[in-house]
Amino acid sequence: MSSNYEDRDLGFDRGFDRGGFEREYDRTMPRGPRRMQRRKICRFCIEKVDLIDWKDVKLLQSYIPERGKILPRRISGVCAAHQRMLAEAIKRARNIALLPYAAD
Amino acid sequence: MNKRTYEVIFIVDPTAGDEEVMRLSEGVQKIITDQGGNIVKTEMMGKRQLAYEINHKKDGIYVLLDVDGSGAEIAEVERRMRVNDQVLRYMTIRVDEARRRALKLKDRRARKAAKQPANGKGKQSAASFDSDEDSAG
Repeated sequence: MSSNYEDRDLGFDRGFDRGGFEREYDRTMPRGPRRMQRRKICRFCIEKVDLIDWKDVKLLQSYIPERGKILPRRISGVCAAHQRMLAEAIKRARNIALLPYAAD
Repeated sequence: MNKRTYEVIFIVDPTAGDEEVMRLSEGVQKIITDQGGNIVKTEMMGKRQLAYEINHKKDGIYVLLDVDGSGAEIAEVERRMRVNDQVLRYMTIRVDEARRRALKLKDRRARKAAKQPANGKGKQSAASFDSDEDSAG
């Protein structure tokens, strides 16, 4: 997940940064291959997680790419409610040196 | 006053021996019980590498306590840890509210599941959970 983070990010942004005309065109025409992304689903909702533990380093680590930043939910597909919990947990783990504030 | 639950975690200097860590941990527990708090759980998480250096130390010994109390004992414990050079870092998290919220969500989900049994299980229940959360927040 973490290795192709940059690539996917770029693709997504380009899709959004198109000019007005092209965007209109996009909406009416059948979508190209890039827009046919698999729909991302919140993994915490599926597993019915109500509380994200800040001590669960393994879990949290899957949401911080190499750089150590929190993975945005437009990429991970986590729902808003769970992203809030996740962000809180990651920040707590950082405070107590379980996770880095910044890597390299 | 309402009982509160806290998780207290602190990191002890890696050069401290097992005995010293035990003594520190027991000291903390004594302060808490003296102030009217109650130790629910003690966990020695052992020595592990720090994600970043603290006081030029690359690893530390983690000790985790679950505490029931009013908050006064937390203030006292934190005051002690602040002046103790052996404690590299400490953090207290109040968890009772979050746990209660989690229970409520679980309860609501259970009731919802009971209301409409076996009706497009996977996807629908995930979606309804999401909207529940948003309206509650």
